[in-house]
Amino acid sequence: MTTQPTPSAATGQALVELRDVHYRVGSRALFSGVNVTVQRGSITAVMGPSGTGKTTLLRLITGQIAPSAGTVTVFGRDLATLRRADVFAMRKRMGMLFQNGALLTDLDVFENVAFPLREHTRLPETVLRTLVLMKLQAVGLRGAATLMPQQLSGGMARRVALARAIVMDPEILIYDEPFVGLDPISMGVVARLIRSLNDALGITSIVVSHDVQEVGAIADQSFIVADGTVIASGTSEQLQSSQQPAVQQFLQGAADGPVPFHYPAADYRTDLAAAGSAR
Amino acid sequence: MISRLTASLSRIGAVALFLLQVLAACGPALLRPRLIVQQVYNTGARSLVIIMLCGLFVGMVLGLQGYDLLARFGSESALGVAATLGLLKELGPVVTALLFAGRAGTSLTSEIGLMRATDQLTAMQMMAVDPLQRVIAPRFLGGIIAMPLLAAVFNIIGIYGAQLVGVSLMGVDQGTFWSQMQGAVALHDVNEGIVKSAAFGVICSLLAVYEGYNAEPTAAGVGLATTRTVVASSVMTLVVDYMLTAAFLKV
Repeated sequence: MTTQPTPSAATGQALVELRDVHYRVGSRALFSGVNVTVQRGSITAVMGPSGTGKTTLLRLITGQIAPSAGTVTVFGRDLATLRRADVFAMRKRMGMLFQNGALLTDLDVFENVAFPLREHTRLPETVLRTLVLMKLQAVGLRGAATLMPQQLSGGMARRVALARAIVMDPEILIYDEPFVGLDPISMGVVARLIRSLNDALGITSIVVSHDVQEVGAIADQSFIVADGTVIASGTSEQLQSSQQPAVQQFLQGAADGPVPFHYPAADYRTDLAAAGSAR
Repeated sequence: MISRLTASLSRIGAVALFLLQVLAACGPALLRPRLIVQQVYNTGARSLVIIMLCGLFVGMVLGLQGYDLLARFGSESALGVAATLGLLKELGPVVTALLFAGRAGTSLTSEIGLMRATDQLTAMQMMAVDPLQRVIAPRFLGGIIAMPLLAAVFNIIGIYGAQLVGVSLMGVDQGTFWSQMQGAVALHDVNEGIVKSAAFGVICSLLAVYEGYNAEPTAAGVGLATTRTVVASSVMTLVVDYMLTAAFLKV
């Protein structure tokens, strides 16, 4: 268990820092010089079109993969210098919410939330029960404690996963696409939970998403990732007033622009003519 | 041709490396026997019905075929010995391993593969829990414990099946059936079967958890991994069976 820093005293400090990070898969460069700084106590959004490696960015921050070049600093320590045990120790101070919740299918809701406590602590059963029920109450699902993951709706599963992510009282909470596939009500619920948990528990949040509206409303600062780098950063208002065509296309959802509508192909007419002559 | 050869060689290497990782994870896993017992139930107890049913019929076929063959030499009285040695040394361990691969191996692979596909394994890593210790090692150990037990059950039911056909149907004397068996079957025959089934348990459990853990995280990938588990386990079981038999007979 970690002690909570008071949010007011600790803000303004970089908790996660990516400096000139390069990452390549095979010969393809996914990132070429990414710089992201996450301030303690803030909600930071990482946005960008699909396939730009937003999830890869999270895997870099959590130490699941190492960058090809550049440094990733979390809690003031360069991840490249950490040994495996140190990485695990670091992860105990982090919570992560996966896209589909990633609840353990053979455990019920209560045991899913209790899982990190059972693995890492030796708490008496009554204390553990109190802790788990408190977290479930925070996400509004105390009544669902005995359900199995298969019986939950998408939104409920994500809230259970959120309860599990905060049960160890993490300092950083990472959300991977928390709004994908949710109905408008669940979306609003999750967005409000992210904001209230961040403020009430003094957590630092990193939200990866492409739901511009939802994230823009709750984020303190946003980074837009495209073409392997951060093309824009700042508050939602700063981004809205950005003159960059790529930023405007993404924020307004235009079909064509710097990100083209058509997948690269041979000239349309030549292609059709070739098909005609082949008959 | 060359590329297929190197691919299968590198797969053998990958399985071997995976085995080392799993063995390293087995130490911590042994400290939590409840997880292992749970898996012995999952892989063992749930395979029990099919093992018993197949054991009965394999034993009955042995009774018929054995009687038919031995009657040609006028030595029907040796039916008990023939059936028991056949079951203990060959059919028990091998058929149990094949059934185990089909029943328990596939369910292990698809379970672990689905955990991979739905990010459950990554989620565990993110909660600072090593999935090799928490998920893989208990299943591996559970399979190794379950297999010799299942083979033993298979053998017992099989012997009774042979007796059912040989004595009740074909008319071999019951006293001869059991006393000849008692005289000719030695402890080392039993041990041979136990060693074999333990080896098959390692093979089938290892391949099942390996394929599941390394399954491509898609629906198609999990299906493919399940097929590979059955194919690889069956082939390896039969290959290793020959090698062990040759070693025991000191050929």
